[in-house]
Amino acid sequence: MELTFIDRWLHILAGVTWIGLLYYFNFVQAQAMAEAGADEGGPGPAAIGKYVAPRALLWFRWAALVTWLTGAYYLMAWPAYSLGGAFSLGFGAGNLQLTSIGIGAWLGTFMLFNVWVLIWPNQKKILGIVSATDEEKAKARRVAFLASRSNVMMSLPMLFFMQASNHGIPMG
Amino acid sequence: MNPLDTVTGTLISGVVLTVILVFVAKAIVGG
Repeated sequence: MELTFIDRWLHILAGVTWIGLLYYFNFVQAQAMAEAGADEGGPGPAAIGKYVAPRALLWFRWAALVTWLTGAYYLMAWPAYSLGGAFSLGFGAGNLQLTSIGIGAWLGTFMLFNVWVLIWPNQKKILGIVSATDEEKAKARRVAFLASRSNVMMSLPMLFFMQASNHGIPMG
Repeated sequence: MNPLDTVTGTLISGVVLTVILVFVAKAIVGG
């Protein structure tokens, strides 16, 4: 049981790291890069791309994986939950706790997919970690951007339902 | 225009999705 409490703690710590960096990318870095690129005579966005973005992406993608793995373990280990019950959204169980955590878990899973399948491979092209033509880079930029923005959008209900599992939803 | 192109559009989309999912959750639990 002690391991379950440590797992939950790790899940929250990794989740804060993941979503905090997601918000950094969307609310701070994207705007800063655009502004630096348009600032003639300024230092330009290169340093952000070289020194900040790769480090932020490293923490971002591994925090995402740790969040998902510790969350999946928690669903299996915590008595009120089950992995199958959560991912089947508690259908037929009449159990708000299970349905809420299940919605949160599905959203988190979509978000993890976006990080590892859409954002990271395309960011490698954008940052020059793997070679790509200008056309490929432009496409990669759009795909990574939309996947990242989709994750911001999904993070709102994901966080709502993760905490709603223990604290409820407006039922009126 | 894609609402995800702006931060405001993204946040509004997130709130709308949350409200929709609250109704979905209530339907699943109550049904």
